[in-house]
Amino acid sequence: MARGHYRILLGMAPGVGKTYRMLQEGRQAKDEGRDVVIGYLEPHDRPETAALAEGLEIVPRLQARHGALELEEMDTDAVISRAPDLALVDELAHTDAPELRHEKRYEDIEDVLGAGIDVISTVNIQHLESLNDAVFEITGVRVRETFPDRILDEADEVVLVDLTPEALQDRMQAGKVYKRERAQVALDNFFRIENLGALRELALRELAEDVGERRRPILLDPLSQQAVSERVLALVEPQPKSQRIIRRAWRSAQRLGAEIDALWVRKPGHQPTEEELTQLAALKRLSSILGVHFVEEEGDDLVATVKRVADDRGSTYIIVGTPDERRRVEILRGSLLSRMVRELPGIDIRVVTDRALRESRQE
Amino acid sequence: MSLFRRKQPRPGSKRVLVPFTRGRLDPSVLAAAIRIARAEDATLVPAYLIVTPREFAVDTPMSLQVEAAMPLLEAVENASLKAGVPVDARIETGRTPIHALQRLWDVEGFDRVVVPAAAEGPGFTPKDLIWILAHAPAETVILRPQDGVAQNGS
Repeated sequence: MARGHYRILLGMAPGVGKTYRMLQEGRQAKDEGRDVVIGYLEPHDRPETAALAEGLEIVPRLQARHGALELEEMDTDAVISRAPDLALVDELAHTDAPELRHEKRYEDIEDVLGAGIDVISTVNIQHLESLNDAVFEITGVRVRETFPDRILDEADEVVLVDLTPEALQDRMQAGKVYKRERAQVALDNFFRIENLGALRELALRELAEDVGERRRPILLDPLSQQAVSERVLALVEPQPKSQRIIRRAWRSAQRLGAEIDALWVRKPGHQPTEEELTQLAALKRLSSILGVHFVEEEGDDLVATVKRVADDRGSTYIIVGTPDERRRVEILRGSLLSRMVRELPGIDIRVVTDRALRESRQE
Repeated sequence: MSLFRRKQPRPGSKRVLVPFTRGRLDPSVLAAAIRIARAEDATLVPAYLIVTPREFAVDTPMSLQVEAAMPLLEAVENASLKAGVPVDARIETGRTPIHALQRLWDVEGFDRVVVPAAAEGPGFTPKDLIWILAHAPAETVILRPQDGVAQNGS
């Protein structure tokens, strides 16, 4: 049987709206005709959350006892035998009552997924095992209920439910997360703005890394990747026309799935004019916005410098503007483009025309 | 007659900034900006302003927004060069269009700013326009787009 689809809603702290989002998604799936049940819901005495759960079937909970405590847990077997398309299971890092089959709820979820049932679950970043020390340093609170990092790795989707620290504090103050008496204590401790900011950063970073990891399996093995990967090198000068060269190079790089470098070769001893400095700063800003690596090299011989940089960076594609050459130099030394073609074998060269020249010729 | 000619500014040395955002620049505004630049022998600087969400560093590459900016800038450059006006396009990022604009004129000088007012939907809001008028480092012209003119019957 195929394993169910696992979607985890990750938040920076309680109250950001994970459970609410889980119920919204559950309702939407139900509206689309899917069979949806609530495997376990932690309503936290939040009326809005309870209202959203109305109309969704709830699998009765299992009554468990821990010492003098009466506990309610997800009835994993009941969820599996009910066999819905999708089960909503809150708080995957929860520690089960001792008499249950598993120690942790994420293990119960594994069973549900194994039965071919899709699961949407929720968790806060502070429960992630590898971040336990970092969270302790930030908040001064040692989180006891943790879950292993592999759970996020193995999930089909991890979605960040995000809220700004200020908005979360507003929700706390309005009594939407905890009752007002408890809210003030929480705001003075765990929910301090600096704690929330740091936790949010952790959550965002974790998700960004997760996205990066997920992209890897579809890539080729390193050898094949090296064989087919492209790297674009755009040759620029501190002139307005170079903005277009970088933009053109970026578009080519997007199509090729390539990294991109922009290179300015400065003549030895050349002191840029004020205008050149302005243009240079603008090119560097554009490079930063487009994710282009800007390289500045000194060299008397443009083609030799380009060759050296192209070799160093593994460039496979060079984009250059229309050369601004005097006819005499071209006759004496050979044109820049023909030298590039000769001296950079195996590298594609593309010339971006200067539109201004074309327009002036047509006039 | 004076023996010395008064030094004329080099053609294209004046700079006319036309900021725009969110995938739109009204053609009538562009035409007007080109006319202004040509009349003043200036370089047109169309600047596409990208809004970076607060979750990301302000200079984070935003591929989708850049993707929207590219054809627009090409079109603006073509129109400008066809009219014989030199062009020097920019892309700038910020938390809001106004923030991006401020970041741009913090590092570059302009002689005139031509701002399109939004007819409807995204663009510079009336509040933005007031801010621009108060803070722009150069003489500022606010242009109403064609459809806005038609709607107002003026």
